[in-house]
Amino acid sequence: MLDARTLQQLTDIVGAENIATGAQDLICYGYDATQMEFLPDAVVHPDSPEQVSRILKLANQENFPVFPRGAGSGFTGGALPKGGGVVLVTTRMNRILRIDTDNLVAEVEPGVVTEAFQMAVEKLGLFYPPDPASLKFSTLGGNVAECAGGPRAVKYGVTKDFVMGLEVVLPTGAVIRTGGETVKGVVGYDLTKLLCGSEGTLGIITKIIFKLLPYPDSKKTMLTVFDSIDGAARAVSTIIKNKIIPTTLEFMDHATLTCVERRFNLGMPESARAVLLIEVDGDRDLIEKQAGQIHKLIEPLGLVQFRVAKDAAESEELWRVRRLVSPSLRDVNPDKFNEDIVVPRSKVPDVIRRIEVIQKRYDIPIVNFGHAGDGNIHVNIMIDKSVPGQLEKAHEAIKEVFQAALDLGGTMSGEHGVGLAKQPYIPLELNADQITAMKAIKAALDPNNILNPGKMLP
Amino acid sequence: MTKKQTDPLERVAQEMKKCVKCGACRANCPAFGTFQREPATARGKVALAQHLMKGDITLDDGTYSAMSKCLLCGSCVDKCPNQVPTDEIVIAAREALAQRRGLTTFHKAVAQVIKNRKLMNFGALAAAVLGPVFFRKVPSTSGLRLRFPMPFLGGSRHVPQIAKKPFMKRHPEIIKGEPGKPTIVFFVGCMTNFVYTEIGEATLALFRHLGCTVIIPQGQQCCGLPGMSGGDLETVRELAEQNLAAIEKHQADYVMTACATCGGALHKLYPLVIGKRNPELKARLQAVADKTVDAAVLLQKLGLHPEDTGTGQRMRITYHDPCHHRTAGIAKQPRTLLTQTPGLELVEMEGADRCCGLGGTFNVYHYESSLDINAGKSKAIIETGADAVVTGCPGCIMQLSDGLKQAGDKTRVLHTVELLARKIRR
Repeated sequence: MLDARTLQQLTDIVGAENIATGAQDLICYGYDATQMEFLPDAVVHPDSPEQVSRILKLANQENFPVFPRGAGSGFTGGALPKGGGVVLVTTRMNRILRIDTDNLVAEVEPGVVTEAFQMAVEKLGLFYPPDPASLKFSTLGGNVAECAGGPRAVKYGVTKDFVMGLEVVLPTGAVIRTGGETVKGVVGYDLTKLLCGSEGTLGIITKIIFKLLPYPDSKKTMLTVFDSIDGAARAVSTIIKNKIIPTTLEFMDHATLTCVERRFNLGMPESARAVLLIEVDGDRDLIEKQAGQIHKLIEPLGLVQFRVAKDAAESEELWRVRRLVSPSLRDVNPDKFNEDIVVPRSKVPDVIRRIEVIQKRYDIPIVNFGHAGDGNIHVNIMIDKSVPGQLEKAHEAIKEVFQAALDLGGTMSGEHGVGLAKQPYIPLELNADQITAMKAIKAALDPNNILNPGKMLP
Repeated sequence: MTKKQTDPLERVAQEMKKCVKCGACRANCPAFGTFQREPATARGKVALAQHLMKGDITLDDGTYSAMSKCLLCGSCVDKCPNQVPTDEIVIAAREALAQRRGLTTFHKAVAQVIKNRKLMNFGALAAAVLGPVFFRKVPSTSGLRLRFPMPFLGGSRHVPQIAKKPFMKRHPEIIKGEPGKPTIVFFVGCMTNFVYTEIGEATLALFRHLGCTVIIPQGQQCCGLPGMSGGDLETVRELAEQNLAAIEKHQADYVMTACATCGGALHKLYPLVIGKRNPELKARLQAVADKTVDAAVLLQKLGLHPEDTGTGQRMRITYHDPCHHRTAGIAKQPRTLLTQTPGLELVEMEGADRCCGLGGTFNVYHYESSLDINAGKSKAIIETGADAVVTGCPGCIMQLSDGLKQAGDKTRVLHTVELLARKIRR
């Protein structure tokens, strides 16, 4: 609990308009997409690194936890105020400070919404590729803190691959810059990479310098339907093995298709067992050639349909199949555990087979779709929490899914992070020495453990 | 709240569970767009409604304030991955709040006004005589302001001129058409009846041109949406029943309205909200809902040739989609008619289907925010360089006119039917 004097000090820092302690605010800043809920004691909306710094200094002095939060769209509880404390919302810091077309870099504040930034750079013929599904509402600060991915990661990589430098308020209140805006730079430790994906445990990001690319000339979207899951999975590795790197390679399994078809009646062929949505971008001639090559390569793998979009409207129509997945899933069961394992791309067929076995063993529906082109599969374990025993079953199944990914040389999470949701499973992936090293970093930067405590590391 | 009453929130409990708090509503909610605080989002209101149902939040002004920050525009429902009907949930939450603590003074006054047509006629006459200046001089706390037929008087708002004689007083109840042509019940709505009578005249002229018999049932009342907006569903039920009786008195092929809001009430919200709470009315409400159709949609269906009836004047226009059209899937029909009209050139604005910010009584509580939402709309309109912005809802017309005037712009604001009927109306 915060005493009246501390609340007054917080009010002095951010202004009365930008601090809230009413029930409606505490409730509305206590949830995220995990559907867990913890009530904070106060919510603050600072507008500058100076304010953030003063809040953190006060937190060290008065010993209260601070939980940084962007749009609150995370899947693992990274922004949730477990145990109470102060939620620090970054969305007022939402200015695009500059877009430098000479050096192809941009500097932004953390509260800028991802899509707004993409649209701003695209107007200048530039490209910021990371495209998490939440891009219409998630913030760039949150994207960096969680190292968000997205379908285009196959070709372009994830958020951290575009972060050149940061301004960060360290847990003790010191404001530092990391990295910079030069292509090269090796002086000191690479704190930029350390902070990407640190889930708000090591500092609060107040500025980000992004690398930009030229906007690709054109793109081509293909919807390919296979008569077996194995065929689709092998298509992924075949395409990559033949040295074609599509922009996106999205995968949907039979259970996913059944859900979508039942609800939206898209007229998929009867024999459809899996779908790959493939997109290539770049020079017009090159992508024509690549589309032809892809068709030839995947034809022998049980391809039953191959549709190419002629224009943007048709491309949107093909993407619709993928976008309808999420609203359809609830028809299977009301509660969903959305995991995001990753395996080396060649191991996609193996991990899918392992998941099928797990599904049969536990007798609960598991729906798989996602970014197969980079080996990142969204494994959705669908249960009804109100049925006794299902929750326990789900936890066991999740553990086995993680183990399967790890056995194949993969990881538990590609883009959602650990937060609270995956914390119990951390020892599956990280050994004691690794955890000790990470805890040493956390303790050195946050001696009083006030910044997003109780997250990520066990 | 008395123990016997059913908690309106129980009715939407299952729907509320569908919300997974993903945050997609942050991208689409115009109220969140201006307030920029989480309690204004759809998921925020769902979370608050869930706590309200559990009874673990205190009913302070903050809860009211959060629930009032919704335009009921339905944008969140359209874009929600799980199709959570937040509009229904907010209506239920407002009803629950009204049950628990009673209606606010303002909404009590709204109920008094919208329930009483005589009072409205009086208000209309008074307003016409005294003019908007009169209202501007009345302090915002005065009950006199609420005599005005619609609750929309903000501090610096440009109030439209009130008609000297309401539309319905100018016409007989039944206007006979040609034999064999459809019979149409015209649901006029308050804004058309008292403020924008020219919309009524143009609508009437168009359907008469097509040979239809037009019935303007004299017993019709306010559709009740301002009451729904405040959670006063008892008043809305009374009005719905009176409207049912007035409409059912006549044998008609269609129930037509030129007001998107009234259309939304008759077509969607009556069966959904009132029907759910009053099962005995359900079948009758549904029967009327099934016959309800927007004026532009019906004109197109009945084969209107705008080249015979519409403007010959050269005009660049842009079109604003009223929320109650967007949620009913009406977008193409008015555009098609307008582009068939000689002289009209349609230029699309950025975000044509984004709410103008009126939102029932939202703009009374949150006039500044309503203006802020409206300012974005005005900017988009002005950027098209159009001579006029055209739409299908008198509520939007009032809001758009206000916004453009605040921006110092002279773009005209017109209803679709006004342009379609220009030649036959002179």
